[in-house]
Amino acid sequence: MRSMAGAALLLLGMSALPVLAADGKNTTANAVPPGAASCAPCHGKQGEGQPATGAPRLAGLNAQYLERQLAGFKDGTRKNRIMMMIASDLSDGEKKALASYYADMATPKSETAPADAAVIAAGAKLAATGDWSKDLPGCAQCHGAAGLGVGTDFPRLAGQWAVYIEKALQSWKAGDRKTDPMGVMANVAGKLTDDQIKSVAAYYESLPVAAPTPASETKP
Amino acid sequence: MTRHPVASSIPAATVLVLTAVGFAGYVLSGAATPATGATPEPPPAQKAEAARPAYTPPAESDIPEGPFGDMIRLGEAIFHDTQRNAKGFVGNDLSCANCHIDRGRQPNSAPLGAAYLLYPAYRAKNGHVNTFQERLQGCFRYSMNGKAPPFNDKVLVALESYAYFLAKGGPTGVVVKGQGYPKLKAPEQPADYDRGAKAYAQHCSLCHGTDGQGQKSADGQTVFPPLWGARSFNWGAGMASINAAAGFIKANMPLGLGGSLSDQEAWDIATYMDSQERPQDPRFVDSVAETRKRFHDQPTSKYGLVVNGVLLGEKSPPSGTVNAAD
Repeated sequence: MRSMAGAALLLLGMSALPVLAADGKNTTANAVPPGAASCAPCHGKQGEGQPATGAPRLAGLNAQYLERQLAGFKDGTRKNRIMMMIASDLSDGEKKALASYYADMATPKSETAPADAAVIAAGAKLAATGDWSKDLPGCAQCHGAAGLGVGTDFPRLAGQWAVYIEKALQSWKAGDRKTDPMGVMANVAGKLTDDQIKSVAAYYESLPVAAPTPASETKP
Repeated sequence: MTRHPVASSIPAATVLVLTAVGFAGYVLSGAATPATGATPEPPPAQKAEAARPAYTPPAESDIPEGPFGDMIRLGEAIFHDTQRNAKGFVGNDLSCANCHIDRGRQPNSAPLGAAYLLYPAYRAKNGHVNTFQERLQGCFRYSMNGKAPPFNDKVLVALESYAYFLAKGGPTGVVVKGQGYPKLKAPEQPADYDRGAKAYAQHCSLCHGTDGQGQKSADGQTVFPPLWGARSFNWGAGMASINAAAGFIKANMPLGLGGSLSDQEAWDIATYMDSQERPQDPRFVDSVAETRKRFHDQPTSKYGLVVNGVLLGEKSPPSGTVNAAD
């Protein structure tokens, strides 16, 4: 609900937001933080990312996860030249503000040409069940059946751009990304073939970003 | 303090392991007893494992078309997502596949086909010959903290069909390689709760949470299963036995990194996990002490013992918490 409210505020007009901030009171989570200008050229004003270049979608990612990525870029545990420069210029407070700003966004996914249905289907299968001949768990076993992510350590994958997911998995595999707790991603990425990487990436791009409305909860 | 039963007393060990629920129950049956004794040998459990026939479940693509194939596929769906597909019989947040990795196919993760090959069988747990369906009922009653589906309920027929399919080509009545959970050697140092807590924080809490309550995704679906507390398996489940849990953990945890923990770590973590409160044993009679005496009087169960000032079993959440509306 919070993110829906955030999206509604954004739709109402960005001009209203700096007024809130200018009050000298606590800036709300929806106010545009100062550092956002460095993010928007690649990640978009709504955090929608760029499917073609693989600049990841940031909208709706967990705030602590985002903050940790910025820290990783800065200290080099996540190697990326551009992001290292940008992250190094941000104060800890700015990092925090940016992270929660994008986490609260519920930006709809832009339309892209769908990938080959067979590739998506292969990705869906691998994501659900893994490949235990290689002791490879399915992505869903940590990121959730609908790819919505879990807690602060397992980011949402649903609706993320395929080009980005492919790059990310190749980075884990190459050791250019070392921000994963317990080396879990290095372990799984190292077991994936290039075709498997392409198929899971296509599958997750094909998923809706919003959680499907849960069927009537029947909790005891 | 946990002493794991080893070679010295096969009958005692057999009773202990059989009493444990989980498909791990038959680790020592059949071909397990070594006949030779001339040269120094590996421990009988390991030696027996090496001597067992290998068996591989058929590929998923071998599931036939038609009504029988549909029933097998339903069984697989129930096994993979028990929450959604066996509603009304599940009283916690677990799925079969949580403890039987790769939808019941993974060796050393109590694979379903290997279990099917060993039924019907006498079980010390209930003192009579059990059919495979009755064995499955036990999973719902204990591991799922739910209600046993009635005999020939579609849920049991589907799971039985799936198990039968996975068992194809395997020898009936024979313990195959990778059956059950591996039987670990006794730890070098007695298994320890505090060391277990530290190892848990290091290797397990990322997924199962610092409080062992698992984690859900934004849509409310359980992704990482709770290991104790009201939404986990109850005191009657096989995984509540430290030896079964240690074997499972060693072979399968952390997920995708099976075999990476030392035996000592597996024993310590199992001891820590199985020293926490969880739903009551549905066989509860009279008192915690009496229930321990009847069903838990082994070093591998902490039920009825005081750990950290808590008498385990005394304040257990209720067993069989299936919502009637499910």
